[in-house]
Amino acid sequence: MRHIISILMENESGALSRVAGLFSARGYNIESLTVAPTEDASLSRMTLVTRGSEEIIEQITKQLNKLIDVVKLIDLAESFHIERELMMVKIKTTTGEMRDEVRSMADIFRGKIIDVTPTTYIVEMTGPSEKLDAFLAAIDPDSVIEAVRSGPTGISRGEKGLHL
Amino acid sequence: MELSGAQILVQSLIDEGVEYIFGYPGGAVLHLYDALFQQEELKHILVRHEQGATHAADGYARATGKPGVVLVTSGPGATNAVTGIATAYMDSIPMVIISGQVSLPVIGSDAFQEVDMIGITRPCVKHNFLVKDVTKLAETIKKAFYVATTGRPGPVVIDVPKDITAPQITVPYKYPKKVSIRSYNPVVTGHKGQIKKAVDLLLSAQKPIIYSGGGVVLGEASKELIEFTHTLGYPITNTLMGLGSYPATDKQFIGMLGMHGTYEANMAMHESDVIIAIGARFDDRVTGKLDLFCPHAKIIHIDVDPASISKTVKVDIPIVGDVKPVLEQMLELIRESKKKPDGIAMANWWNQIRQWQAVNCLEYDRQSPLIKPQYVIEQLHEVTKGDAYVTSDVGQHQMWVAQYYPFNKPRRWINSGGLGTMGFGLPAAIGVKLAFPDENVACVTGDASIQMCIQELSTALQYNTPIKIINLNNRYMGMVRQWQEFSYQSRYSHSYMDTIPEFVKLAEAYGHVGMRIDKPEEVRPALEAAFAMKDRTVFLDIMTDQTENVYPMIEAGKGHHEMKLRVATGTSTDRELA
Ligand SMILES: Cc1cc2nc3c(=O)[nH]c(=O)nc-3n(C[C@H](O)[C@H](O)[C@H](O)COP(=O)(O)OP(=O)(O)OC[C@H]3O[C@@H](n4cnc5c(N)ncnc54)[C@H](O)[C@@H]3O)c2cc1C
Ligand SMILES: Cc1ncc(C[n+]2csc(CCOP(=O)(O)OP(=O)(O)O)c2C)c(N)n1
Ligand SMILES: [Mg+2]
Repeated sequence: MRHIISILMENESGALSRVAGLFSARGYNIESLTVAPTEDASLSRMTLVTRGSEEIIEQITKQLNKLIDVVKLIDLAESFHIERELMMVKIKTTTGEMRDEVRSMADIFRGKIIDVTPTTYIVEMTGPSEKLDAFLAAIDPDSVIEAVRSGPTGISRGEKGLHL
Repeated sequence: MELSGAQILVQSLIDEGVEYIFGYPGGAVLHLYDALFQQEELKHILVRHEQGATHAADGYARATGKPGVVLVTSGPGATNAVTGIATAYMDSIPMVIISGQVSLPVIGSDAFQEVDMIGITRPCVKHNFLVKDVTKLAETIKKAFYVATTGRPGPVVIDVPKDITAPQITVPYKYPKKVSIRSYNPVVTGHKGQIKKAVDLLLSAQKPIIYSGGGVVLGEASKELIEFTHTLGYPITNTLMGLGSYPATDKQFIGMLGMHGTYEANMAMHESDVIIAIGARFDDRVTGKLDLFCPHAKIIHIDVDPASISKTVKVDIPIVGDVKPVLEQMLELIRESKKKPDGIAMANWWNQIRQWQAVNCLEYDRQSPLIKPQYVIEQLHEVTKGDAYVTSDVGQHQMWVAQYYPFNKPRRWINSGGLGTMGFGLPAAIGVKLAFPDENVACVTGDASIQMCIQELSTALQYNTPIKIINLNNRYMGMVRQWQEFSYQSRYSHSYMDTIPEFVKLAEAYGHVGMRIDKPEEVRPALEAAFAMKDRTVFLDIMTDQTENVYPMIEAGKGHHEMKLRVATGTSTDRELA
């Protein structure tokens, strides 16, 4: 099963490599990983998407909790939560027809065109990862120069939150 | 008080109560060595190889329960220490390793003797610290000791750049009495509801078994374990790491379990209906093939590390907590409970176990004209009245100590179980002897293992640590040879060295006493003579039967009930290998 684990950790230089090292050393897979400081500068928050059986996910959360730098974590997949991913796609738009096509697709998917050159558009889009996949499937793959994705990040619904 | 970083480091260790530091100097730690020179409280033990420093500190830690402390220089000094750090990590031994590092401004520039010690040791430490600010040094040291010794213990590395220790820069010094780390709060007592469930299950068992391990040694819970076991009247087995935490000569003890455990312990595990695992981690040497592991049993598991629970074997009642308070909690409930262990079921169960014991799985050929390694260990046990500290290396000799030297006290049996590090025994024995100068300390080793840290014979001379080295010399990497005999049709690929040194001369060259023993009748007198030489390190080079194997054995892919037993073969006169 796919799990999205949200981790609050000390904002120390080696902390990220401890998490990454744990996954490679124990053979767990990481689908994506995002990390950034939080409103409390001494902490950073990591969102990690992984897949595995119940037993493996249990070991992953235990092993993560065992890292001294990890303050707290939750498996978002266990309850209602919202996930968002950011994507920027650079698309070749050498003709008027191509420009119209991209503009209307971006509209349908509620994306924004954030950069224009004589031959390219950059479309920005946020949403659940499947929506971004759908957008990429909807446009001509040959026109995509590059696409960058942040990997999903998530937050639980309701009054509960992940903090100290 | 204003001190330099080097002085802070030394003073912090003194304030932490550290007695010995095992180390080896080099460029990055010269300021530190200068600070060591200018004081007398903290005693430095100069080893001959950094691996020796880690094993000596480790031996000291295993024997005393106090953290072992190591000091090495950057680069090669640091990498030489890694094997010993990993050894301690696998067996959860508290250690603090201080490694020198190149100065902060040049880190990352491939400077002379620079290695990324933090990166290299990350997978084999409980935690590590790079010190970037001299004003945080004392606090970092306190944190390192706190992390190393609490919860599930383990080694902690402090990487100290040279400029942090510079004599020119001084800062105010105060060693913190206490530290707390917000992201680190080991659990102590067990969950009441879980404990109640566990006690209920235990008291309704028909074929129960207590399976306890190194956690009881680490958690100083031997007394509680004995009380718990006596109160219930159930059979108990220990892992290799747990030996001694329950007295081996007690009648409820049915021997070690696992690959080279006793027939009765493994059969009892296999047939049991309730297992309580106490400070043990279901290692693969213990479980055998997982699919065949204890098919009828409900399992209770007490462990301070949640990650140890249901890692390889799914358990029914997990109890996260420190073994000592948890056992106390359980005992209280057992005493209060109206329910008592089922007397009839227990009589039947013990009856069954006595039958398995009657197989006599540890019997060996006592008539042989060759020296049987088992006989040597039995004699060692007698000569030392069962009360020596015994370290070992890795191989057959290690298993024979586990099988033939019944330990009655914890912390007497000192060996590398998880990593299985050849070279551990000799330096570990030095560490033990420093901690307990008046006790008998023996290192049981093999002709291959002893050569991995033989240089520490020189350390033993310098610090006058009179240990007794019992070399079970079978002219083979016996354990490897045994596997090759069983699984590779006796193709003895590179498990033999025909240029084994003359250990007697080698011992003498290092300033010690060496003796070679060729006949069974010489074994006892030699051991007696060796232990009578109170102030000398003695190397007993004992020529043992080359063909001897460790029995019984669970071979790879087999279950507890499928042990390979020794087939009686009569004498082994003509079985000497080429
Ligand atoms: C050649 C060779 C052969 C071997 N054959 C065997 C064999 O036949 N049988 C055998 O048993 N082993 C054998 N071993 C050893 C084996 O590899 C393991 O090292 C050993 O079985 C692990 O012992 P343990 O389960 O007691 O765990 P340890 O490694 O001692 O771990 C201790 C456990 O207790 C927990 N713990 C620590 N402190 C506390 C506390 N205060 N409270 C609660 N829990 C705590 C830890 O979290 C951990 O889970 C062999 C090794 C070698 C090298
Ligand atoms: C550092 C290291 N390298 C290799 C091994 C693999 N190994 C396990 S036992 C053994 C042979 C040990 O031989 P010896 O010390 O003579 O002991 P014996 O088995 O003969 O008693 C080897 C090579 C190991 N455990 N450690
Ligand atoms: Mg040998």
